[in-house]
Amino acid sequence: MTNELDIFVGNTTLIDEDVYRLWLDGYSVSDAVGLRVRSGILEQTGATAGVLQSDTMDHYRTFHMLERLLHTPPKLLHQLVFQIPPSRQALLIERYYAFDEAFVREVLGKKLSKGTKKDLDDISTKTGVTLKSCRRQFDNFKRVFKVVEEMRGSLAGNIQQHFLLSDRLARDYAAVVFFANNRFETGKKKLQYLTFGDLAFCAELMIQNWTPGAVDSQVDDMDVDLDKEFLQDLKELKVLVADKDLLDLHKSLVCTALRGKLSVFPEMEANFKNLSRGLVNIASKLTHTKDVRDLFVDLVEKAPGPLGSLHGHAAQLPPAHVPRLRPRSPDARPACPLLGPAAKGGGGRGIPGQPRSSPPRSARSPGPGARTSRPQPPSAPGRLPPGPGSGPSCPVEWGGGGTGSRAGQGNPAPRGRS
Amino acid sequence: MPGKLKVKIVAGRHLPVMDRASDLTDAFVEVKFGNMTFKTDVYHKSLNPQWNSEWFKFEVDDEDLQDEPLQITVLDHDTYSANDAIGKVYIDIDPLLYSEAATVISGWFPIYDTIHGIRGEINVVVKVDLFNDLNRFRQSSCGVKFFCTTSIPKCYRAVIIHGFVEELVVNEDPEYQWIDRIRTPRASNEARQRLISLMSGELQRKIGLKVLEMRGNAVVGYLQCFDLEGESGLVVRAIGTACTLDKLSSTAAFLPACNSPSKEMKEIPFNEDPNPNTHSSGPSTPLKNQTYSFSPSKSYSRQSSSSDTDLSLTPKTGMGSGSAGKEGGPFKALLRQQTQSALEQREFPFFTLTAFPPGFLVHVGGVVSARSVKLLDRIHNPAFVGIMGNTRSYKLLDWNSFNSDEPETRDAWWAEIRQEIKSHAKALGCHAVVGYSESTSICEEVCILSASGTAAVLNPRFLQDGTVEGCLEQRLSWQPGFFSIGSEKGEVDFFPQSQDSSSLLGQEENLPAGCGFCHIPYDELNMPFPAHLTYCYSCRKQKVPDVLFTTIDLPTDATVIGKGCLIQARLCRLKKKAQAEANATAISNLLPFMEYEVHTQLMNKLKLKGMNALFGLRIQITVGENMLMGLASATGVYLTALPTPGGIQIAGKTPNDGSYEQHISHMQKKINDTIAKNKELYEINPPEIPEEIIGSPIPEPRQRSRLLRSQSESSDEVIELDLSHGKKDAFVLEIDDTDAMEDVHSLLTDVPPPSGFYSCNTEIMPGINNWTSEIQMFTSVRVSRLSNINLTNQTLNKNFNDLCENLLKSLYFKLRSMIPCCLCHVNFTVSLPEDELIQVTVTAVAITFDKHQAVQTTKTHVEKSLQRASTDNEELLQFPLELCTDSLGPHPFSPAKEHLESASSNSGIPAAQRATSIDYSSFADRCNSWIELIKLKAQTIRRGSIKTTVSVEKASPLTEGHFRQRSAPACANSTVGVVKMTPLSFIPGAKITKYLGIINMFFIRETTSLREEGGVSGFLHAFIAEVFAMVRAHVAALGGNAVVSYIMKQCVFMENPNKNQAQCLINVSGDAVIFVRESELEIMSTQQPIASCQPACGGGEIAT
Repeated sequence: MTNELDIFVGNTTLIDEDVYRLWLDGYSVSDAVGLRVRSGILEQTGATAGVLQSDTMDHYRTFHMLERLLHTPPKLLHQLVFQIPPSRQALLIERYYAFDEAFVREVLGKKLSKGTKKDLDDISTKTGVTLKSCRRQFDNFKRVFKVVEEMRGSLAGNIQQHFLLSDRLARDYAAVVFFANNRFETGKKKLQYLTFGDLAFCAELMIQNWTPGAVDSQVDDMDVDLDKEFLQDLKELKVLVADKDLLDLHKSLVCTALRGKLSVFPEMEANFKNLSRGLVNIASKLTHTKDVRDLFVDLVEKAPGPLGSLHGHAAQLPPAHVPRLRPRSPDARPACPLLGPAAKGGGGRGIPGQPRSSPPRSARSPGPGARTSRPQPPSAPGRLPPGPGSGPSCPVEWGGGGTGSRAGQGNPAPRGRS
Repeated sequence: MPGKLKVKIVAGRHLPVMDRASDLTDAFVEVKFGNMTFKTDVYHKSLNPQWNSEWFKFEVDDEDLQDEPLQITVLDHDTYSANDAIGKVYIDIDPLLYSEAATVISGWFPIYDTIHGIRGEINVVVKVDLFNDLNRFRQSSCGVKFFCTTSIPKCYRAVIIHGFVEELVVNEDPEYQWIDRIRTPRASNEARQRLISLMSGELQRKIGLKVLEMRGNAVVGYLQCFDLEGESGLVVRAIGTACTLDKLSSTAAFLPACNSPSKEMKEIPFNEDPNPNTHSSGPSTPLKNQTYSFSPSKSYSRQSSSSDTDLSLTPKTGMGSGSAGKEGGPFKALLRQQTQSALEQREFPFFTLTAFPPGFLVHVGGVVSARSVKLLDRIHNPAFVGIMGNTRSYKLLDWNSFNSDEPETRDAWWAEIRQEIKSHAKALGCHAVVGYSESTSICEEVCILSASGTAAVLNPRFLQDGTVEGCLEQRLSWQPGFFSIGSEKGEVDFFPQSQDSSSLLGQEENLPAGCGFCHIPYDELNMPFPAHLTYCYSCRKQKVPDVLFTTIDLPTDATVIGKGCLIQARLCRLKKKAQAEANATAISNLLPFMEYEVHTQLMNKLKLKGMNALFGLRIQITVGENMLMGLASATGVYLTALPTPGGIQIAGKTPNDGSYEQHISHMQKKINDTIAKNKELYEINPPEIPEEIIGSPIPEPRQRSRLLRSQSESSDEVIELDLSHGKKDAFVLEIDDTDAMEDVHSLLTDVPPPSGFYSCNTEIMPGINNWTSEIQMFTSVRVSRLSNINLTNQTLNKNFNDLCENLLKSLYFKLRSMIPCCLCHVNFTVSLPEDELIQVTVTAVAITFDKHQAVQTTKTHVEKSLQRASTDNEELLQFPLELCTDSLGPHPFSPAKEHLESASSNSGIPAAQRATSIDYSSFADRCNSWIELIKLKAQTIRRGSIKTTVSVEKASPLTEGHFRQRSAPACANSTVGVVKMTPLSFIPGAKITKYLGIINMFFIRETTSLREEGGVSGFLHAFIAEVFAMVRAHVAALGGNAVVSYIMKQCVFMENPNKNQAQCLINVSGDAVIFVRESELEIMSTQQPIASCQPACGGGEIAT
């Protein structure tokens, strides 16, 4: 005797969190049943394997039906078919859109296209995430990308509004979208030590400072693309390397700003020229799409290259610390106060709790910081406030002047222009 | 032109993409009622169109208003080809037709397509303006309220319970017309949906007319069913109990939006009279005479009721017990006369109710049932079929015009069965049948008609007279011990809960009353069947049977020990495939054996649980191609009034065989252990009674199984059998072959639910009364395929048993997060869609309860219920008073004397009452004295409260305002308001403040891409979820937040996996209500006492 049909429909849709997790993780019904059996649920409840099988099937069916709605979360809120308490709805959405660190590192910066989708089985084998789960996560990225791609307003805000995600998850998705749109290369071996958190932190600062949205909150694609004009302006930075006087001036300004705030200050000071040159070289090439894509690779490979021991660490330099080289200080200035807390928040996001990921934080301090990155973390946030003050001193320093130059637009901008 | 229907289409959302090119839709809406159609503009290129249409107005007869559904079709405009239908919404506008229900239907409705399911939602506003229709010969019955609830709905009071109403309508099934071969499945499904909608509307209207004829104003326990007879047609039939209901005034300050036409003019002469203040001052008022000139039963219903209408001025007919001729006659004689004739003159003294106002039920005889096997006749009148192609012409095809012989045939069939039931009841010494229900099982052209109910002796006052209290909150009064509270407080007199002298005496001895209904109604010396009688264990005065089977809920005043449990008997019998007559004969021959075995199983399982009574018994016999299935579900309880059940003894055939003997004794031990375990599990620990051997596993030789049916007549179709096992001892199980062994094994295989779970198929679990507010209603469906090889009765039985047990286990597992909880109203339905397929459908509700309180003793229960009841109690008590005030008119005594007697009545029951015997003819006497008694009480109490009248009147609208304000935001809070659904008639932890109307919906869903929709499970899962959604949407649109008495009456599922097709029909119904959480009511509790006085003193004024 076999059950051809076996269903359970509640007036309030029953959702078993454990089964939901198994479903999201892409386990088949039989695998899920096996895992549940191993969890000891049979002993706890006195149920039989058959009951468990039927229960799992039922939940899977429900989730399958819900999946269509989960693709557009606002629909889940307004639909009438499944009566689900709001707290459960939020849980469903949040979990559905959650992604695996391992998976996202593989996909970050790749074009969210069919081609990439075809590679998912490789990614699945590599990461140990089931193919089903990979597909779901990939499709989530793609869906979010498609929806917010050409939208006005804050990227994270749009995502939050259209997918009803938590603040944190929305910011993560913003990073994913930003990376995918700009196609930053993150898959190189050299970059492997960077966590998604590190990169997302970079993305957040770049979104805040390097996109059109940073200067004008009413343009299309404001948070998604890099500001072309800004990249153009970066070319002018070459003067900082070419002109000895300016170089010295720049160095002195940066050093003044950072003195006493940097544990690796002597190294930084000693290598300032090399450091500055590397960074300026990268910055000046960013008008080419290819170079933009390789930004992170270049930061790791080239910028600190001359710095010797810094190699391999300096890539943690957050590009975000490069100020807008804009004459329109009114526009840019708001970015400073914004950046302060944002950077703090960004830095604080999960990282303080994870010593492992301290490198990115050290990146906030320029190259020198990277060299002896360990002691840096605590000082990093502390350095943020002085930033504005030191701004004028090292306005054009890319990376190295990161902290200081934020407020320095007034001074450096004309220079950059000239 | 008595009605104007107004419809406004506001907007749509989440529409499907109909134009692939643009990924958008150009939607417009057709609004159709009867033959009139309106269209909105096309809203181009949007999935969320905002039509915001004008008001479409339909001017129609109220007859049409009742019959026709409002049909809203959403279409996609297509310039070049035909417009594509997106889906439809059928709105039953019936709730708008009675004054107290909803005034407007407004909300988001799922747009439903029979092929694609729900496709977006549409926001619609519907209103009805009813004009006065003074035509006495009208065919409409607007204003008659319908309730699915099988008890007197909360917030209503039963003035009179008139009795049985039934009707059936027959039509041809569109699915079986020739046109079906050429039209699309969608068109065919829609034709069917519309036809059934139309037929149920018509049926409801016709029943309504009957109710009006009986001078009732409501139908309670309304049960409508469809028989899909295939080629021979489609039968829609309904039964119900006609009542005159009064709305409880505390929640009655509504504005009648659409009064039933005749209302206003008739109310005038009465509104002045029932002013209680005038009454209280003197015993004689003009009202007395006036009332009597019409009919005594009327006078009591008038006061404060703005809803019960149409009844008063017309002279009594039909039901009239000649009371018109009695005017001026002695009150006593009149009552007696009524008593005798009240039920006798009824064709069928049946009641579909399962729970009753206290005092209604006097004695319960036992279950009566009748079955009949019929052959469905072939299609007739093929000449007319052509017309059916036009969907608009269904009206023409009304059975009146064509198939006029048809309903008569069906009517005759049912009449035959009902007659049978009636005679069974009579044989049990009962004059009425309660908890009555009818069902059918159809396979090909064979149809089994079944009817069952509980033979009972009723208190006739409820049936004719107005002096009845039906208003009691059922939920509260269900709690055991409620009445003993009453008696302690000296208020018991208002509840005529003790119906016969013995229980009255019992009360006097301060024993809990409520054994009365167990006492045998039949003559001890002339028993209709062999049964073992003992003296009642509660009152020790009257005889009771050893076991009691009933189809009703546990009476409110019954005292039980421990908890109840779900008991099921499951049975399969193979049957040869046969055609027509041969098939019918084969089935008829099998039926008696099935009934016998089902009964034996039930009895054995009951004994095994250590219990002595079954409530809510429902035996379903399903016929299939090659087998018959029997499934009986009931809730077992231990009634204190009944003797302790004996155990089960096993006897072997070959007593000399040593090892065999050992085996037997092993089994016996197992059984005894199970009984002991069950007693512990269900907390059955009856007090030791010296003259009885309690808990002895060895049955007394005299003890017998009881046959709960009569021997009166027998016929070919109606099965008559003696289930009493003849001379054999019923509880000795003889193991003489493997079959018997199987039986014993199967007895022991039933696993009790896991700890923290209880289950029952009645409204509430006996022994649990501290429900918390979490409820989860669910439907679970399983279809099992039997392996074809070597099907024997045993394997079949085992399979079926496993299927049911596994299903229950699954439910327990699924709902484990709700522990401790109870599955209530567990309703199993079995069908045999194909040769080897068994389909079991379960609908039930899981309700959480407070475990800590649950384990407390009965005594604390009493205290608890006292606390819980306290607020409502006061309220409750007032309504009877209201009646009493009215009955004062004809009262012969002088106030002084009343006063005197009332003083004495406080201390106890008048001697006259105690002395009366059980014999029926004395009922009148007792009624009389009882009425006198309550009148006295009323008098005294009312005097006390007169002074508060003024303040009360002011308070009442205020409180009502509170209700409104508090309930409104509760619904509007979240994006989609939560709508609770429950098969019960109440919502735990909440108070139902308003009934909005009946929900009765029929859906068909079909697919031609079964695999793509997730196979049969995916298909049906989605469909049931959609049905729930549509029910909820309709309730929400009516302004409600819950459906009570929800029932899925039909779930017919057919599949054809080879063709990748499946079809399913679902019919659901329930009552839409507004409820308010008790916690939200708490604030008002301080006002409650004042407010509750109001009905007694100011009811009349409120109504004006």
